[in-house]
Amino acid sequence: MSDATVQPLHAPPPRLMRPSAAMFALYVGVGAFFVFSLYGSDLSPAKLIDGLPNMFRLIGEMFPPSAERLASVGGAMLETFQMAFAGTVIGVILSVPLAILAARSLTPHVSLYYAARWLIALFRTVPDLVWALFFVVTVGLGPFAGMLTLVVDAIGFCGRFFAEAMEEADKGPQEALTALGAGRSEIVFSAVLPAAMPSMINSALFTLEKATRASVVLGLVGAGGIGIELKVAMDLFQYDQAATIIIGVFLLVLIVERVSSALRRIILK
Amino acid sequence: MSVLPVGHAVRGATLPERAGRVGALAETSDLAIGNLCKSFDGRRPILDNVSLQVPQGQSLALVGANGAGKSTLLRCCLRLIEPDAGRIHLLGRDVRDLNRRALRRLRAEIGFVFQRHNLVAQLSVLSNVLHGAQARHGGPMVWYHPLAPRPLREEAMHCLELVGLADFAAQRADRLSGGQSQRVAIARTLMQRPRLMFADEPVASLDPHAGEEVMELFADLIRRQRLTLVFTSHHIDHALRFGDRVVALRNGGIALDSAAATLDAATLRRIYE
Repeated sequence: MSDATVQPLHAPPPRLMRPSAAMFALYVGVGAFFVFSLYGSDLSPAKLIDGLPNMFRLIGEMFPPSAERLASVGGAMLETFQMAFAGTVIGVILSVPLAILAARSLTPHVSLYYAARWLIALFRTVPDLVWALFFVVTVGLGPFAGMLTLVVDAIGFCGRFFAEAMEEADKGPQEALTALGAGRSEIVFSAVLPAAMPSMINSALFTLEKATRASVVLGLVGAGGIGIELKVAMDLFQYDQAATIIIGVFLLVLIVERVSSALRRIILK
Repeated sequence: MSVLPVGHAVRGATLPERAGRVGALAETSDLAIGNLCKSFDGRRPILDNVSLQVPQGQSLALVGANGAGKSTLLRCCLRLIEPDAGRIHLLGRDVRDLNRRALRRLRAEIGFVFQRHNLVAQLSVLSNVLHGAQARHGGPMVWYHPLAPRPLREEAMHCLELVGLADFAAQRADRLSGGQSQRVAIARTLMQRPRLMFADEPVASLDPHAGEEVMELFADLIRRQRLTLVFTSHHIDHALRFGDRVVALRNGGIALDSAAATLDAATLRRIYE
């Protein structure tokens, strides 16, 4: 029997479902807000076309990159990564107890659950630069302010994902340990954490990648690292030196991402 | 022997009819249940006034169709599920009167083998067995085997030897077959040094050959250690071979209660009709 002769008794459903009035209104609303947002962003193709020669000129002035302050730039790069690494490690460690409190199935009390969730949400929703400004004002200029910023950032990110990983951990072993008389801490440390560990390692490595990228920007507000070097080079129109820094940042982020991916493959296999 | 209507026992003249009698019976039984009730939706009872006692050293097989309340009954006994009403005496203690600490101490004396092995997949076999000692020893020494003191590690190895898996001690639990995993779960319960053993369809997730092996091993260990056993099973053959007594649940009540030696497979099969 050829395909053309097949005649089903029931007609197939329509290719497109007619949206409800509410969904149709939502589509129109989202479309209208997008147009409004373009207007608010001062979208101007003419400005973009006018700016093209400037872009090429700037890129031209960046090359060849200057090797004049290579040692100083290298030192700042190392400091940037040190901030990111130390901030991530401390943040990840502090996230574990906070995540236990923020996991609905593990928290000792509902008030602690809401307090932990609220704190994590605060750390996550306030942008890096705001935390950096806060720490620059409170502990002074330099990499320590940057590291504290990255600790807060890591807690905001890892606290949430660690708590979710713990909530999703296999309940079977937890029930088995409960049945044999284990206490809450035994269940957390010998059943929940091992089960959540792969996901937690994954989140921690993403945090390190994120922190490396963020630590570059933190220097712009005086929180240490390579950012301040980049700002000074741009302000003084030393675009060839800026190019060196940008290439350095690119390489640093790339290396961290590659190493992180390799670690992820080795640890999580 | 006929299958009687719900709530009537064929044998079991000593079965408690009122919760008040459970206290006296509890002294001579490892498990005494009186008028146990449990409903999950508040309307249809899973367990409806179930009364039962299990003397020390007896092996009791609980049978019944899916949803008959077998697993719920076992879980209620350890308060993994809170019963709605009734009395439960385990090893002479009134389970429903225990505070959290006392309940943990009681649970430590009762091994529970689940349908799924419920091992911590990411940890070694030895660490999983060591977890059986968590109620006796708190703290990090019973979280992971490298932190455990020598006597505990040796005791865990002995438990693994009893189930024939000493060579797998360092292996990750998720690298084991289903039958091996269930044997490790049994070793974990032995590590508790239990006085009473519950098993909820312990071989249901295994193929027939592995299931037979695990059940033989399990029953042999129970016999040698003279433990009281309450197990649920859909295997009529297992209920008759490994149980001294068979209790069938149906529609929330006890539909049959008889010595295994007086039963045949055909009678038990009628429970599922």
